[in-house]
Amino acid sequence: MPKLMTRPDPEELLRRVQAEEEFRNRGRLKIFLGYAPGVGKSFRMLDEGRRRKAKGEDVVVGAIQPTFPPAIEKLLDCMQVIPLKKLNGVPVIDVPAVLRRHPQVCLVDGLAYDNPPGSAHAKRWQDVEALRAAGISVIGSVNLQFIEELRDKVEKITGKEVTETIPLGFVKTADEIEVVDAPADRCAGHPGEPTHQQNLLVLREMALLLAAEVVDDQLEKYRERHGIEPVGGARERIMVCVKPGTVAERMIESGHRNAERFSGELFAVTVNEPDLTPEDRASLDRALSLARKLDAQVVRLESEEPMHAIMEFARQHGITQIFIGHSSHEHWTHRVWGSFVDRLIREAEGMDVRVFPN
Amino acid sequence: MNDPIPSTGRGSLKIYLGYAAGVGKTYAMLIEARALVRQGVDVVIGYFEPHGRKDTIELTEGLDEIPRKEIQYRGATFYEMDAEAILRRRPSVCAVDEFAHTNVPGSARTKRWEDVQVLLDAGICVLTTMNVQHLESLNDHVWAVTGVRVRETIPDWVVKQADEVVMVDLPPQALLNRLRRGVVYTPEKAQQALQNFFKESSLVVLRELALRQTAYEVDVRQSVQDEASSVMPAAGTSGLAGVEPAAPASDRLLIYVSADPSTAMLIRRGRRVADYLQADCFAVAVQPDATLHRVPPAQRDTLERHLNLARMLHIETRVLQGENPAETLVDFARRNQVTQILLARAQQGPRVPVLGQSLVQKVVRLAHDMQVTIVAERRREE
Repeated sequence: MPKLMTRPDPEELLRRVQAEEEFRNRGRLKIFLGYAPGVGKSFRMLDEGRRRKAKGEDVVVGAIQPTFPPAIEKLLDCMQVIPLKKLNGVPVIDVPAVLRRHPQVCLVDGLAYDNPPGSAHAKRWQDVEALRAAGISVIGSVNLQFIEELRDKVEKITGKEVTETIPLGFVKTADEIEVVDAPADRCAGHPGEPTHQQNLLVLREMALLLAAEVVDDQLEKYRERHGIEPVGGARERIMVCVKPGTVAERMIESGHRNAERFSGELFAVTVNEPDLTPEDRASLDRALSLARKLDAQVVRLESEEPMHAIMEFARQHGITQIFIGHSSHEHWTHRVWGSFVDRLIREAEGMDVRVFPN
Repeated sequence: MNDPIPSTGRGSLKIYLGYAAGVGKTYAMLIEARALVRQGVDVVIGYFEPHGRKDTIELTEGLDEIPRKEIQYRGATFYEMDAEAILRRRPSVCAVDEFAHTNVPGSARTKRWEDVQVLLDAGICVLTTMNVQHLESLNDHVWAVTGVRVRETIPDWVVKQADEVVMVDLPPQALLNRLRRGVVYTPEKAQQALQNFFKESSLVVLRELALRQTAYEVDVRQSVQDEASSVMPAAGTSGLAGVEPAAPASDRLLIYVSADPSTAMLIRRGRRVADYLQADCFAVAVQPDATLHRVPPAQRDTLERHLNLARMLHIETRVLQGENPAETLVDFARRNQVTQILLARAQQGPRVPVLGQSLVQKVVRLAHDMQVTIVAERRREE
């Protein structure tokens, strides 16, 4: 398959240069992600601070939890702490003090804290953004349960209500995310609610997958910055080619199950066919609404050349598996050039093609 | 590891999973070993690869190390883990570095993971280390991403047996810094490493693979616990007879084995898909006399190798009798309630012959009542 040689358009180049410049001037963000209290996030964060200081970086502590074990106390001793200030009795990061001090690196424990009314920012993570905008790198820690988008799911598992959260979008802006993985029995002894071993496994899996997702995003950004086409990622991406007919719904259901099992992504793609009968139109709409219900990304492509449109979409989105329905009727041209399915199989190099029965 | 010696008599296995040399697997393993010693557990080091890393070597101090076995091979001396000596010493826990290592010819067993099986069978618990790229089913994917064909692999079922898999995580930037500072390798070796495995984009993908693999391993162990705690009677074997509870129909995968080189890739991918879908998996070849006797020697070796690879991955294999591979394959699939047939992409050339259909086309047409998957060639983009 010959690759099209395209001249990068100047707008695109400018955007890339600007992105690169902003990337260079902004403080880096590194997040230690844990799945339960007691896995050792704060310790790892401070230990990283200590190591960087030993290497000659200028490191300060901007926020630390009110209570901590002796091991952490020892780590704290070797770094400058900028004390939290109290606002209406609530401890908040002294952002102006950190900005005046302007270290290279600032450690911020408990990224999900809310600031009290009257603060410059409502949330601690917004303080972090302010520090990064000033070119100060931040190393922070957060627990899975405090991520807004996962809150409901985690609450159902732990039965504990969470009020202070950070958005997933913020976590995804991190330059580095490091999972603090430990076997589930490690956290069982932590003071607090006795947490069920089984629940911890569920949370641990969620944390690992979240980190994988963040890493996936980073890979995409990295490729964007360096103008590399997406090839061979780590995530399964399933694309269902939807046409009117009952098989479409079965394929979407199967696609959903497969995406779940692989912790992958699901796309339901149609190539617009303007001359559909009302029945076919209704059938297509039914299939697409099922796809939406099952959290698939629904994409309507428009093209004179369906095969070309499908393959281009697949390549651009790093699709790893294509689901397609069997060609139902045999046409004489198929004997010479092959059916649509035959051609798709030939074109879809580097992807699995799964053909479904009618 | 709460209970170093489980009641079943078999030792438990804990794997520290990383995605490259230098992320800290051995370090994490030794930290655990020391913690166990402090709790009064009898821990020995069965094998340790120092790589000249100071921090790691310091951690072995005070731990009992079982001397390695000297093995002469082609005039050189090699040192391998001495499983028999460990058995005589009978510790509760043994730390074994580099799970995927291949022993030098002349050793009692070919692979270190086989040595570890012996220790586990004797009731000794094992802590060990490996990288995600050593997993057999990921071999082609890793090659496609990094350009490196990993030679030392571990069958997936061995990892699945582990009681625990823990991810040793480190962001690629930090790893690259370590590499440049000479913490991981000597300068010449580091330069070499930077050119293949240690390209940043490769490391990012490998790391994501490791995170996903660990999540999968956690998921599998969750399901096992779910099953153990449910009151449902155990399910029958592969659902061939008897009435199944109203669970969703499980998948049955059938892999077509030929002498085509892409078959190895197909088998690995099939294993992976079957594991993730919790499906049964079979692999069959088709020959006129149901044996490989009449196959020309060169092809027979390849076929044999492919069937062995399938068996090594715990896939049941069979050579079916038939003149027409497509018909025989689909017929067998139908009689055995197979839900999905897996085929390799034809290798004969970019274009399918105009007259006469390829095997893929034939199977797709014949198997109109089941799914047919044409598996991608996961190969290196040049």
